[in-house]
Amino acid sequence: MHEPQLVMYEEEFHKINSILDRLVRESNSKSIFVVDRNGQLIAHCGDTENIDSTALASLTAGNIAATGGLAKLLGENEFTVLFHEGEKDNIHISLVHRKVILVLIFDERSSLGLVRLRVKKAGEELAAIFDGLLQKAEQGTGPGGGADSPFAEITDDDIDNLFRD
Amino acid sequence: MSFINYSAREINTKVVYYGPGLCGKTTNLQFIYGSTQDGARGKMISLATETERTLFFDFLPLNLGQIRGFNTRFHLYTVPGQVFYDASRKLILKGVDGIVFVADSQRERFDANIESLENMFENLKEQGIEPGSVPYVIQYNKRDLPNAVPLDELRATLNPDGVPDFEAVAPKGEGVFETLKGIARLVLQKLKEGAAG
Repeated sequence: MHEPQLVMYEEEFHKINSILDRLVRESNSKSIFVVDRNGQLIAHCGDTENIDSTALASLTAGNIAATGGLAKLLGENEFTVLFHEGEKDNIHISLVHRKVILVLIFDERSSLGLVRLRVKKAGEELAAIFDGLLQKAEQGTGPGGGADSPFAEITDDDIDNLFRD
Repeated sequence: MSFINYSAREINTKVVYYGPGLCGKTTNLQFIYGSTQDGARGKMISLATETERTLFFDFLPLNLGQIRGFNTRFHLYTVPGQVFYDASRKLILKGVDGIVFVADSQRERFDANIESLENMFENLKEQGIEPGSVPYVIQYNKRDLPNAVPLDELRATLNPDGVPDFEAVAPKGEGVFETLKGIARLVLQKLKEGAAG
């Protein structure tokens, strides 16, 4: 298999959310999103109601992928931080552990310096959690892993039912 | 790679529509978008040039409903078909769970189909994905055109392995949902095999 499957469990999900809760406060940002490199939204926090988070996740991953392509052209391994400055809102995008993407949206109530500082510490904590998750996924030791997985029992009827009008 | 979220009880998967330029990949997504209810789909995003050729990708999130208590979400992407956008195509294949190869049935595009299919296999290998390991279906689009190549001839060239294939006229929606169901079925079966193995 080319890369391990990302599986999120209740325990890690709560840990991630509490890190994000703290980060949104300490960095004075408006909202935070954690996205995997394939464009799937993993978690979010703060004022996210007026943002299409699914689209944001997909575009962010595209952005990181394109920037990664540019980095390789220059002989760099990766550009780990992207910053987009708008008239009101700014986006700070950083790669955590080369696996997941941390996105912070902030306005004039915060600053790039503060965001960078807070992201660095939170990024290390998030990296440790994702390390653990990937290990669980590789060993199949998480709850619901292996034969306990709800997907082991999927039948053709289940799949057919999805398409019934 | 699919993402299973036990906390939110969601399965998220990524399906990529691949094929030569102007074969109808974006049209497939537009038809699905137009015929799906608001609650079951998100916003469709097209990163296109001023002449509406796909520049980077199209993206359409779909919610197919529940399976074993988990919400089944499919993220549909298209790649830019034009030959010179190969770098972008490679990026979009990252983490793919299923592929729809959209072939253009017109005689004039016969070679373009072969070139695109070979390009797809090369790009998959570059990502470390063995072509046989990822769920994959073929759609023969533009079946209504007078210069369409007979189905047997397309099959013999583009589908020697006999993967599930579908005839389509994408602007009218013919074959579009059949293709989507075809790939969704394979992706979910693969998920089941992964769980059982």
